Amino acid sequence: MDGRLWARELTLAYDERVVARDLSVRIADGSFTVIVGPNACGKSTLLKTLARVLKPRAGTVHLDGEPISSYASRHVARQIGMLPQSPVVPNGIVVEDLVSRGRFAHQRLLRQWSVADETVVVEAMRMTEVLDLADRFVEELSGGQRQRVWLAMVLAQETGILLLDEPTTFLDLAHQFEVLDLCADLHEQGRTIVAVLHDLNQACRYATELVVMRDGALVAQGPPAQVITPALVEQVFGMPCRVMDDPETGTPMVVPASRSRRREPLLGQFIDRTT
Amino acid sequence: MTGVVRSERPASARRLVVRRGPVALRLRVRTLVVGVVLTVAAIAIAMVSLASGDFPVPLGDVLRALAGQGDAGTEFIVVTLRLPRVLVALLVGAALAASGAVFQSLTRNPLGSPDFIGLTTGASTGALLVILILDERGLPVAVGAMVGCVATSVAVYLLAFQRGTNAFRLILMGIGVSALLESANSFLLVRARLSDALAAQVWLIGSVGGRSFTDVALVGIPLAVVLPVLLVLARQLSMLNLGDETAALNGVPVERSRVALALSAVVLAATATAAAGPVAFVALAAPHLATRLTRAPGPGILPAAAMGAVLMVAGDWLAQRVLPTRDVPVGVVTAALGGAYLTWLLAREWRRGRALG
Repeated sequence: MDGRLWARELTLAYDERVVARDLSVRIADGSFTVIVGPNACGKSTLLKTLARVLKPRAGTVHLDGEPISSYASRHVARQIGMLPQSPVVPNGIVVEDLVSRGRFAHQRLLRQWSVADETVVVEAMRMTEVLDLADRFVEELSGGQRQRVWLAMVLAQETGILLLDEPTTFLDLAHQFEVLDLCADLHEQGRTIVAVLHDLNQACRYATELVVMRDGALVAQGPPAQVITPALVEQVFGMPCRVMDDPETGTPMVVPASRSRRREPLLGQFIDRTT
Repeated sequence: MTGVVRSERPASARRLVVRRGPVALRLRVRTLVVGVVLTVAAIAIAMVSLASGDFPVPLGDVLRALAGQGDAGTEFIVVTLRLPRVLVALLVGAALAASGAVFQSLTRNPLGSPDFIGLTTGASTGALLVILILDERGLPVAVGAMVGCVATSVAVYLLAFQRGTNAFRLILMGIGVSALLESANSFLLVRARLSDALAAQVWLIGSVGGRSFTDVALVGIPLAVVLPVLLVLARQLSMLNLGDETAALNGVPVERSRVALALSAVVLAATATAAAGPVAFVALAAPHLATRLTRAPGPGILPAAAMGAVLMVAGDWLAQRVLPTRDVPVGVVTAALGGAYLTWLLAREWRRGRALG
C-alpha cells in the first residue's frame, strides 16, 4: 500500500470485547477523510489506533513505510496530531499554558520556548480565535471555547496529519461550521485531515474522501458523491432516506424519510396479521 | 542575558523568557519569586534554629562557626550538635515534599501522597522489624525503613497496575495495604518489651533529634541525585497531568515516564523516612501550600521542596520549644498542623461541591 498512513488487517479490542476484525484502511495523502458510521461501530477506536494511542490486538499501522510502533513517541507526535473526544481538563491551567504544551514534541530540556515555539503557538491561537482567551482558565470556558482551545493545542503540534474525533460535538451550528471551515483551510494548506463526524451532510460537504464503517468493518470508501446512496445509508444506519444534491454545494445531501413513511412497512405487517 | 518580562499580562500570567545560545526557557515569574522567597525563608529559619537552644548563640557567631572561624565551644554547639539536626530537617522536608508533589501529580489526586498510599507505613514496618526483632538501633533501622518502603511500593504498584493504569485504584490499594501494615506494626509493638516499644514509638512519630552527619548524607545524597532527575522529568509530569491519552499523543512515553517518576519519588520518600521516621503530613501539605502560593497549574517540584523544608525546619524549631524541659518529636507538630490543614482542605473542597479526585 502507498501513502503515509495506512492500516492492515487490524483487530481492535478493549479487553475481551472485540470492536473490529480484519480492518484495513488507507488514508490518502492530502485528503480530507471523514469517517462516518453508527455509534459504537469502531470509528474512534480506529482513529486512536491510527494515532498509536491504542495498540491493535493484531495487524499493523504503517506510517511513512514503517510500522508506527517502530518509531519513538516524539517522532510520531511530530507527524500525527489528534484531538481526542473528551480530553481531561486539569484545574488551574490558563489557555496559553495549555496550547503551549502542544509544543512538547518539538522542545528539549533547555530549549523549551524558542522563537519558533512562540510563533507557532500564537498562530495556532489566532487561527482558532482564542487569542483573547489567552489568560483565562480553561475550566471556566464554555464547551465551544474549550473545543477551540484543544484544537489550538493540536495545531501547535505542527503535524502534517491531523486526526479529529468528533471535533464538532459541544458546538452550536455556527461554531460547528467554523471548526469545519478551519479544517478545510488546514486541508488546503496541504495537511491530511481525518475526522470522525456524525452529521452525514457535513461529512459530504467537507470530505474529499468518505470512510463508511459499520460493526467494525469498512463498508465503503471514496468521494462522497460516489459513496453516498440511499441503499448505503439504509444498510449502514438502518434509516430509509432520500439523497439529493445539496442546493448550496452540490454535494450529496441525506434527507431521512418521514416518520410515517418509516413506519409504513411495520404498520402494514400489523394490519395484515389482524385481518 | 536577554530577559523579557511581558508586563501587560495579569500578574499570574507574567513570564520571564530567557533566550541565549542553545537555551530558550520560559519561566513563570510568580513561581520563580515564590521559590526564591521560600528558600530564603527556610535558610533564615534554619539560622534561627542554629542560634537558639539551651545555649543561645548570637547569629553572627553562628555564621562565623559555620565558616569555621568561631571559637571551639561555639563551633561544637553549632556545627556538631545543632547543624546535623537542622540539615536533616531541611533535607527531609524537601525530599518528602518533592515526593508528595510527584505522587499527587501522577495520581491527579491531593490524597495521592506517600503518607496515604502505604509507603511510609511500609517504611515503619521495616524499621520496627529491625528495632524489635533484630534489636538494632541507628543505621540498620534506616536500612530497614528503606527496604520496607521500597518493598511496599513495589507491592502496591504490582497490585494496582495489573491491567492498565488507574490512579484511583492505586490510592485505594495503598490505603488497603497501609491498613494491613498498620495492624502488623501494632502487633509488633504490643509483643515488644516496654523500653523497646518506647524507642520504636519515638521513631514512629518521626524525629530529627540527635541526628549525625551520617543521617545528613543518608537523605542528602539521594536528594542531590534524584532532584535533578525529577527536574528533567518535570515536563513529562506536566504533560501526564493532561491525561495519559493527551500525553501519549504529544509524544510522552507514558508508562516509562510514569515508572521513572514514581521510582524517583519512592527513593525520596524512602530515604527521608529512613532518616527521620514517618514524619506526618509534610508530603501531603507542602505541595498544596506551594501551589496555593505559585497559583501554577501543578505543584512545581522545586517550590514544593522549598515549602517542605520550611515546614519541617519551622516545625522542628517549634517542637523543641513546646515543652520547656523536653524535646518533642517534630512529627507531633507536623501532624497537628497537617491534620488541621487536611480537615480545612476537605471542608473547603466539599463546600465547592466536588469530592477530592
